[in-house]
Amino acid sequence: MSKFNKKKSGDLPAISTASLPDIVFMLLFFFMVATTMRETTLMVKNNLPTANQVEKLDKKDLIMYIYAGKPVDRYQGTYGTSAKIQLNDKFADVGEIQDFIYQERASKREELVPFLTTALKVDGDSKMGLISDIKQELRKANALKINYVTKSGDAVKMN
Amino acid sequence: MAKRSAPEVNAGSMADIAFLLLIFFLVTTTIETDSGISRKLPPEQEENQPPPPVIKERNLFTVIVNSNDELLVEDKVMELKDLRAAAVAFLDNGAEDCSYCQGAKDPSSSVNPTKAIISLVNNRGTSYKRYIAVQNELVAAYNELRDRVATSQYGESFTSLEARYNDPRTTQENKDKLKPKIEAIQELYPEKLSEAEPKKS
Repeated sequence: MSKFNKKKSGDLPAISTASLPDIVFMLLFFFMVATTMRETTLMVKNNLPTANQVEKLDKKDLIMYIYAGKPVDRYQGTYGTSAKIQLNDKFADVGEIQDFIYQERASKREELVPFLTTALKVDGDSKMGLISDIKQELRKANALKINYVTKSGDAVKMN
Repeated sequence: MAKRSAPEVNAGSMADIAFLLLIFFLVTTTIETDSGISRKLPPEQEENQPPPPVIKERNLFTVIVNSNDELLVEDKVMELKDLRAAAVAFLDNGAEDCSYCQGAKDPSSSVNPTKAIISLVNNRGTSYKRYIAVQNELVAAYNELRDRVATSQYGESFTSLEARYNDPRTTQENKDKLKPKIEAIQELYPEKLSEAEPKKS
């Protein structure tokens, strides 16, 4: 009979927490992979137009972003309400685009330079005058591959 | 009856489960990528260039967008929704030696898809979203024709051929097979879209 009475203590054994680090690391890895870092804070309104004949922009490291649009409410007091260009983290003039392209080129490996694409993230309500100024500057800087970043959707109905 | 204590849960396999989940999420999550309409800008014009070749009026499809976002296509006012069909009709007209065209063979419209040029003129006051919509419709017109000829020749639409070509999972061997097909289609319907510098006011 005595062999059934070996364990007398009625307390519940503590649940092992040895795997807690695993779970935490798993979550950490997951979020590290799934989050895309926004390197620049948007200072312009960026309601992209819609289109459905789109191509994907792979290889994030080979893309230079140019943002344009009206400044967000916070900056409208200082910079006014007319559409502006944003390069990296600050507002820029049309004339600064060439320098920006050269800087971006210099920061990339030489053999990758021909594959660089300029992605234009422009607010749908901007006027073409601004965009054509940007395009002229890009032509001068010989950055000829561009991509108009859009949302996907029906272009006729949405715009 | 003696009170039995609950046996300790074996936590040794917990790490395995954790890694299983980690790998599952790694495989299934796709990181959000941007997509958009890709274009190539013409290189900067050098001075004293030879004058551009003369293009016959019938081979030119002019699309003008004014500052009120209204469209003037071939000197007629047009709604955006009709632009795609009009562009397809122009490109696919094929009045002379075009065996794959199914157009009306109108003698006043384009001679051949390889000669047909779409010219897009914007105004500085045109809104960007209207510009993108027009670009989208014109690209769609080209894709529609390319899809049609690709389906009849290879039994697969051009967009799907291109998607497979750009897919990183496609092996190099398959890519080499797809490339001549894509190029052949592009040669039948070359994308000739010319953009003039926007007019003032």
